[in-house]
Amino acid sequence: MSASRIDHVSGRGIPLRGHDIDTDRIIPARYLKAISFEGLENHVFADDRSDPAHPFNQPQFQGASVLLVNRNFGCGSSREHAPQALQRWGINAVVGEVFSEIFFGNSVQLGLPCLTVSHDDVERLMAAVEADPATVIDVDVVGLRVRSGGMTAAATMPPAAHEALTTGLWDGTGLLLADFDQVRALAESLPYVTGRW
Amino acid sequence: MGKTLLQKVWDAHTVRRLPTGQTQLFIGLHLIHEVTSPQAFDMIRARGWRVAFPNRTFATVDHIVPTANRARPFLDTMAEAMMSSLERNVAEYGIPLYNIGSEHQGIVHVIGPELGLTQPGMTIACGDSHTSTHGAFGAVAFGIGTTQVRDVLASQCLALEPLKVRRIDVTGRLAPGVYAKDVILEIIRRLGVKGGAGYAYEYAGSVVEGMSMDERLTICNMSVEGAARVGYVNPDETTFQYLEGRSFAPQGGDFDKAKQYWRSLASDGNAVYDDRVVIDGDALEPTVTWGINPGQSVGVSGKLPDPRDLPADDRAGVEEALQFMAFQGGGPIAGTKIDVAFIGSCTNSRLSDLREAARVVRGHHIAAHVKGLVVPGSEGVRRAAEREGLHEIFRDAGFEWRGAGCSMCLAMNPDRLEGRQVCASSSNRNFKGRQGSPTGRTLLMSPAMVAAAAVAGEVVDVRRHLSQEVTA
Repeated sequence: MSASRIDHVSGRGIPLRGHDIDTDRIIPARYLKAISFEGLENHVFADDRSDPAHPFNQPQFQGASVLLVNRNFGCGSSREHAPQALQRWGINAVVGEVFSEIFFGNSVQLGLPCLTVSHDDVERLMAAVEADPATVIDVDVVGLRVRSGGMTAAATMPPAAHEALTTGLWDGTGLLLADFDQVRALAESLPYVTGRW
Repeated sequence: MGKTLLQKVWDAHTVRRLPTGQTQLFIGLHLIHEVTSPQAFDMIRARGWRVAFPNRTFATVDHIVPTANRARPFLDTMAEAMMSSLERNVAEYGIPLYNIGSEHQGIVHVIGPELGLTQPGMTIACGDSHTSTHGAFGAVAFGIGTTQVRDVLASQCLALEPLKVRRIDVTGRLAPGVYAKDVILEIIRRLGVKGGAGYAYEYAGSVVEGMSMDERLTICNMSVEGAARVGYVNPDETTFQYLEGRSFAPQGGDFDKAKQYWRSLASDGNAVYDDRVVIDGDALEPTVTWGINPGQSVGVSGKLPDPRDLPADDRAGVEEALQFMAFQGGGPIAGTKIDVAFIGSCTNSRLSDLREAARVVRGHHIAAHVKGLVVPGSEGVRRAAEREGLHEIFRDAGFEWRGAGCSMCLAMNPDRLEGRQVCASSSNRNFKGRQGSPTGRTLLMSPAMVAAAAVAGEVVDVRRHLSQEVTA
């Protein structure tokens, strides 16, 4: 099975300042009460948005597709509803200082690249977007670079995630099923599976 | 060169190296619940896949179930729809379900150990970040998202990158009134809420070795709050004694052979770690969170940080937390008035947690302005507690005694904070809005500390109650 390659994302940015923004804030638990992911975009940052100044409330950031964040973004609960809600809202790439591992992994599986850049570069990108919300941010997933105006920021991403996104292997169940005989053989080698201690 | 438990278990479960460079890891036990599985079942159905190993998959209901009126259909129609969805899915694919009404229903991370499903040397996955709990048995247990739940349903495997291992030795002995919860809160405070990124935490040292399985489960449970996706304790006699005779544990002669195998999985004495940390257990005191992440905590005799004393980079986070909590920087945490006391959650809802809390409230009544809630982690824990009369102690003290579920830890059921209420909570997350009110406030602490706060109506040092108990 194949998914599309995520080589490149380009669009306006939306700055979301603050460290340790957890998945309960991205999508509060009461919106997990559903049997599909549809409509989650309507509740992204539902509680934080009671503040009219929240970036997701600002008219100038509507239609933005590159989310700019600080440290430990997406910590807390493993709910995939968090990247689902962001992606359904229109976010196609996240650029930040540090990502929580589970959030990062969930995002990769949805084809939502999360690129790590330095604190100073995040600061510069946020400042540029805040000064002019029409600023286009160009996320080169293949070359691991984030460009905006005159600046270019070097980005990093764990090699496996990079490989998965840029080769279109990010939606990976097919890979795991490709050699199922090997899976069966492995299971047969485990005493707690076979009951042969 | 020796190996860690993580390396041994990883190697034993490696199917192959994937073209992405990741490891295809076989998952020995897949636990599912009503919140993160419905979409995963829809995905496999849409692609015409089957559940690869239905006999390695177990389901229960915990997140949304009411703990008071548990009659079906639930009054909350969406909760009822999620229940029906899970029931349809497990029936279609032949997966055992510990449903509401079953004597084994409960929080997924409580029933796994209780039933003996969780065993040393297993790989375990569940669509819940607190799956790290199961590491208490020397298992390697991952919290996963819904698309990964789909992967495990379809293939019984995950695509993962290897983890580094940080050994955390907790030395000395805990003083009376200091619990496993205080140890893990201190670890997170010291190493930070993002300090564990890329690591599995191996907990050891005299304090951890002397702990019961319940206590080890509490520690491993909150590994993820320190950004360590996996936390574990090497299996030992305490582990084996706990497992012996449990429904899914090996029986008779097999159990002795299993013990041999489990022992061989413990980290070797000469194993090499990527990092080592030592925590002085003698120095710990009961700990309480004052902020909006689990790393923002202080000893009960301590004071909140004053943002003016902090480096610029840390100031904003502390100011944001103090503002949300409406607390004064530099002030004491003791004496903070509470409105709600919640004893429960996958962190602290096991029998020994309830016993310690009951010890504190016995013969007392909770303060008139406090609403108190005790939610056992499983129906098994509830029955065991009732056999000991703990429910009477809690009820006499003014607590409500409920059925098993996640309840007010994340407020997906009717149990939730209202408005600006302050909750003394034995749960694991004090994030903004976590307990159901966008402006509600959470103070994390041990169950005994919650009990003491409920009686006093404010945060107090549980050691005071316990010393009175000795003299009484």
